[in-house]
Amino acid sequence: MGADRNRGPHPYHEVAIAGIYNTRQARRLPGETMHSLLVEAVFGACADAGVDVGSIDALVGQGPAELTYDLGLGPVTRAFSNLGIPAIRDAAHLITTGEATTVVVTAAGVGMLLDDGATAPWTRPTNELVVAYGLFTAAEFALMARRHMITHGTTPEQLATVAATIRNNGHVHPGAVYSGRGPFTASDILASPMIADPFHLLDCSTTSEGGCAMVLTRADRAADLAQRPVHILGSASDSFGAAYSQAPSWDLRGSGDDVPAGYVGRRAAQTVWRQSGLGPDDVDVCEFYDPFSFEIIRQLEAFGFCGEGEGGQLVMDGAIGPGGRWPITTDGGTMSFSHAGISTQQIQRVIRGVEQLRGACSTMQVAGAEVALCSNGGSGALFNDLMLLGVERP
Amino acid sequence: MSRLEPRLLGIPVPRIGPESVPYWEGTRLGELRFQRCDACGAANFGPGLVCRKCRSRDLTWTRSAGRGEVFSWTVIWRPQTPAFEVPYAPAIVRLDEGYDLLTALVGLDHAEISDGLRVCVEFHEISPEITLPFFAPDPEHR
Ligand SMILES: [Zn+2]
Repeated sequence: MGADRNRGPHPYHEVAIAGIYNTRQARRLPGETMHSLLVEAVFGACADAGVDVGSIDALVGQGPAELTYDLGLGPVTRAFSNLGIPAIRDAAHLITTGEATTVVVTAAGVGMLLDDGATAPWTRPTNELVVAYGLFTAAEFALMARRHMITHGTTPEQLATVAATIRNNGHVHPGAVYSGRGPFTASDILASPMIADPFHLLDCSTTSEGGCAMVLTRADRAADLAQRPVHILGSASDSFGAAYSQAPSWDLRGSGDDVPAGYVGRRAAQTVWRQSGLGPDDVDVCEFYDPFSFEIIRQLEAFGFCGEGEGGQLVMDGAIGPGGRWPITTDGGTMSFSHAGISTQQIQRVIRGVEQLRGACSTMQVAGAEVALCSNGGSGALFNDLMLLGVERP
Repeated sequence: MSRLEPRLLGIPVPRIGPESVPYWEGTRLGELRFQRCDACGAANFGPGLVCRKCRSRDLTWTRSAGRGEVFSWTVIWRPQTPAFEVPYAPAIVRLDEGYDLLTALVGLDHAEISDGLRVCVEFHEISPEITLPFFAPDPEHR
């Protein structure tokens, strides 16, 4: 592995993911607080890894300062408050630099969705040039999807096939918020109410509550812990500026003039392939972020799994379904498994990748999976984070 | 068939930022304005201090003819908040001067929207300070 790199030790050679944990995920979790979910998640992830909570020497993610004091830790590394894959990468960097040995990444979301009559407040753009036109996340991603449909002839049926595939993965997953709420056909998706054309209700992510945590440690130590270690083969992030603030135009371009915002994530993917010496053909399972059905088609193209405009046909050919070449979002993702706030569901893409590489999934296990590509973000949000996981130490 | 109308009542009112004062002055006067780069000639929008193409800091506010074409759009059937009566149609319009603007389409049925549709600006006041640009089919291209 990494034969093409030829540039000294792999950047994540010293790092292993040793523990993972999801709290219960539900539409609402009455009686829970952000802090109670974070505490449960920290204990759960440490138990999974087989490490003592008292051995934590860094906390990264949501609520680290409160956790440090309430768990009786300290001195620990002063905490970052990053989200999603970048939080996991912060944890990995603390290990690669030798600053910490047992790092826990935390995320939780609860009590944010108090107004059922409106969209989630953090998804409404506040920029003065955008705020008066009634956008919300679905509208922003729809503006991207529409442009792809115009350029490449991508169809609502192709979008619906993505949504049905992911929702069916959640339908059979006992821990999913929408467990048992299927199965769905593409026709079912198309028959659901239109929200932001071309997105029907069932093309869109859900909202829910829950928490999660992940333990990272030194690879040599992880080999002696409770679980089969999972390794980071590469990770990178792309951004075109503030999410949910600017107008999301497919053609927004910056200094990387060859990559428009519509293909945000392409540069990050190229970095990941370079870090790992691998490519799409080496990937066994794709735990892609699924805020909207179209995003799967777009990411397959942006990351190099197919050419531009070929993603729609790829999903119709069965590549992303059970037994397909690249099964996607195998727990049901944000459409069915959970979507708890601003980070939990992003960390959960990587948690699911770890479950796949451990061979521990109770549903939709990809047989013999050794390499998983996990992603966060998307075109409407103008960012994409990637993390490539493997069973072999790089 | 029902014509899309601008949503003007009870919607969030933009708070004018330090770099966009000339833009909102323009809309109040019925002018659409953008910044033209003195160094490379690129049209820049939204308002800023730096040309996003060549990084020059010499930008000049310029009047747009207010004409362009639909680059992308969506039709909303579940509103952001009840203030936005459905359907409404946020869109990205590519102005003839070469920049993209987020707006909403009005003055046509949602089923009549198409890629490249020629549109022109029309202004609607929502507060003493803020007049918003919307875009409607360009009568010169009907
Ligand atoms: Zn310039």
